Amino acid sequence: MTAKRALVQVRDLKLHFPIYGGLLRRQVGAIKAVDGISFDILEGETLGIVGESGCGKSTAGRAVLRLYEATAGSVSIDGEDIGKLGSEALRKKRPTMQMVFQDPQASLNPRMTVAGIIGEPLDEHTSLSKTEKLTRIYELMDAVGLNRDFANRYPHAFSGGQRQRIGIARALALNPKFIVCDEPIAALDVSIQAQVVNLLEELQSRFGLTYMFISHDLSMVRHIADRVAVMYLGKIVEVAPVERLYANPQHPYTEALLSAVPEPDPSLEGQKARIVLVGDVPSPANPPKGCNFCTRCPKVMDICRSVKPETVEVAPGHSVACHLIAQQSTTGRTGGTGAEHKPMTNQQGEVA
Amino acid sequence: MPDGATPVLDVKNLKTVFATRSGEVHAVNSVSFHLRPGELLGVVGESGSGKSVTMMSLLGLLPSPPADVREGSVMLGDRDILQMGAEDLRAVRGREVGFVFQDPMTSLNPVFTVGFQIMEPLRAHMGMTKAQARDRAVDLLELVGIPDARRRLDDYPHQFSGGMRQRVMIAIALACDPKVLIADEPTTALDVTIQAQILELVKELRKKLGMAIIWITHDLGVIAGIADRVMVMYGGQVVEQGPVREVFADPAHPYTRALLRTMPKLHGEREPKLRVIEGQPPILGRHPTACPFSARCAHSHDRCTRENPQRRDIGQGHDVACFWDHRGATA
Ligand SMILES: Nc1ncnc2c1ncn2[C@@H]1O[C@H](COP(=O)(O)OP(=O)(O)OP(=O)(O)O)[C@@H](O)[C@H]1O
Ligand SMILES: Nc1ncnc2c1ncn2[C@@H]1O[C@H](COP(=O)(O)OP(=O)(O)OP(=O)(O)O)[C@@H](O)[C@H]1O
Ligand SMILES: [Mg+2]
Ligand SMILES: [Mg+2]
Repeated sequence: MTAKRALVQVRDLKLHFPIYGGLLRRQVGAIKAVDGISFDILEGETLGIVGESGCGKSTAGRAVLRLYEATAGSVSIDGEDIGKLGSEALRKKRPTMQMVFQDPQASLNPRMTVAGIIGEPLDEHTSLSKTEKLTRIYELMDAVGLNRDFANRYPHAFSGGQRQRIGIARALALNPKFIVCDEPIAALDVSIQAQVVNLLEELQSRFGLTYMFISHDLSMVRHIADRVAVMYLGKIVEVAPVERLYANPQHPYTEALLSAVPEPDPSLEGQKARIVLVGDVPSPANPPKGCNFCTRCPKVMDICRSVKPETVEVAPGHSVACHLIAQQSTTGRTGGTGAEHKPMTNQQGEVA
Repeated sequence: MPDGATPVLDVKNLKTVFATRSGEVHAVNSVSFHLRPGELLGVVGESGSGKSVTMMSLLGLLPSPPADVREGSVMLGDRDILQMGAEDLRAVRGREVGFVFQDPMTSLNPVFTVGFQIMEPLRAHMGMTKAQARDRAVDLLELVGIPDARRRLDDYPHQFSGGMRQRVMIAIALACDPKVLIADEPTTALDVTIQAQILELVKELRKKLGMAIIWITHDLGVIAGIADRVMVMYGGQVVEQGPVREVFADPAHPYTRALLRTMPKLHGEREPKLRVIEGQPPILGRHPTACPFSARCAHSHDRCTRENPQRRDIGQGHDVACFWDHRGATA
């Protein structure tokens, strides 16, 4: 793994949406949707991105593909700083980097048939003949489990899950190298989720695809990701190899997140010990002074309210931005917040 | 919830057909179910199995053409919604039955602010003044966990994240304290902590207001946590229905059994490949004369391809539409 090259390098990326107010609609502030994140995605790997609704996952995904212009920071894909590319160079680069959107409905043109939607990128970027194009469209429909007989239907005639598959087929049309999947399976039933995830994995091993996989489904992320980044209010609070993160979460937010996953078994559901977060959810327009999580953190300390925590590497590939960790590494481990506990596995009485 | 309580909502033999250029689509076929006061009915089923179309049909929300709600009755108390005039229907929708749509971006109007869209039903149905409606809108947004609610009332839907839009939809549906809430995949875009918060809110509303709820979701974990009963749909039909513990402990329909096996796990070994239900979903071109699952079913025999099994009672309020006797089998 370490020998692999980083296909995507993100450095201190920021994306702020301006807030306008007053009579003159002057800029009075900014929503700091993404506020200084850095990470690499290695060639052929899947980086899972998880975190609370509104924490900036979709915005980060879009900024990485330069669907939004970054406020600050840099993104390089395959060695090219995409923020610096001119419009023609960017157009040439587009086929290699694609996005599957969160909102399938909003991203499909209602006046085009399914075949038209899936074929559109082929028209734009290839010179396939009509029959070659149709063959490719059918191939893609098969790949995502859409019945070929539906090729001439319009998006409104599909269920939510079927529409999502149209979006995935479209993203795959040009054989991209890197795909940002923004909640690609949220609208699908579990069996089709499994089909799509198996498909993504198969394509990955066949073509060496690289994924940034945004999802709030922690079980699915555990299955598909090699490494996982946890976001909270515009920042990455923890990154780790997937098994390590689930077995040994270090940031209190990650712990809370993992404890909140519903249990698909009514008899276990009642027993589960949940960390329920209380306190105000801060606004990205006005983040807290210290750690962004300090208003809701069950383990908050004084320092957390005034100083932003640095990111500390606690093990190879495992980084955490939390004062608890910084303290432990200087004062040694204390009982209550021991770094090696395994809340999830212990509660279920299972061995990880 | 005593079993005898009269249902708030009683749906019988609902049938919806779409007319398309390439023929008819029989999306909902003789669907029957009921909902008791304060009860939460979970609905699961394959993508395209007719969950959304069923719920939209029963509130007359589908444009006709192409949709044709051909048969059935939908009793809300002692009135049949399918027989109501436009005026009554509007009052039912905004006030008595709240609806959270699956696709928040299409159901929120992009040209109006979020605040306007929450306040509108409050002013129309509850007779609130603008100021009252505004205060209530802030409360509602806070209830669903949107930070900085008062300022964000003036934002447009595109300025909200996917999960925030979904929460706005929930706030709108809850605005007028409806008797029945129908929520179609209301938490698909939400992370687990906010989802947990919404589920708590829902439990509270059931207790406080006795609200009865239909909750459509792909997340069997959510069903396990909040539903009293669960209804499983496949190919436009209800294939299994029963108390949630019964159905999870002793699933009777081969589709339900397969569904429960496909879930990825949060604990234990990571599976190299996820299980899927092999085969294609049925094409609903005409009224079904065979079991819609037979082509993918491990237990199908020739009767299943000749005859569409009817729902039969298997005890404890649990019923299944299948000829196979799952209790007589070992697998
Ligand atoms: N306007 C339409 N014209 C033709 N067919 C339609 C139309 N709307 C829906 N359908 C079909 O009706 C069937 C049921 O769709 P529905 O949206 O109810 O599925 P669903 O169970 O809600 O699926 P999902 O879980 O993906 O949301 C699908 O096969 C769909 O293709
Ligand atoms: N176009 C925009 N204009 C203004 N604010 C925006 C815009 N898009 C997103 N935001 C804000 O930026 C923040 C992050 O949004 P984003 O969509 O990235 O969240 P997310 O992590 O993807 O959430 P979810 O899980 O709900 O999809 C939110 O507060 C959102 O309201
Ligand atoms: Mg998002
Ligand atoms: Mg649906």
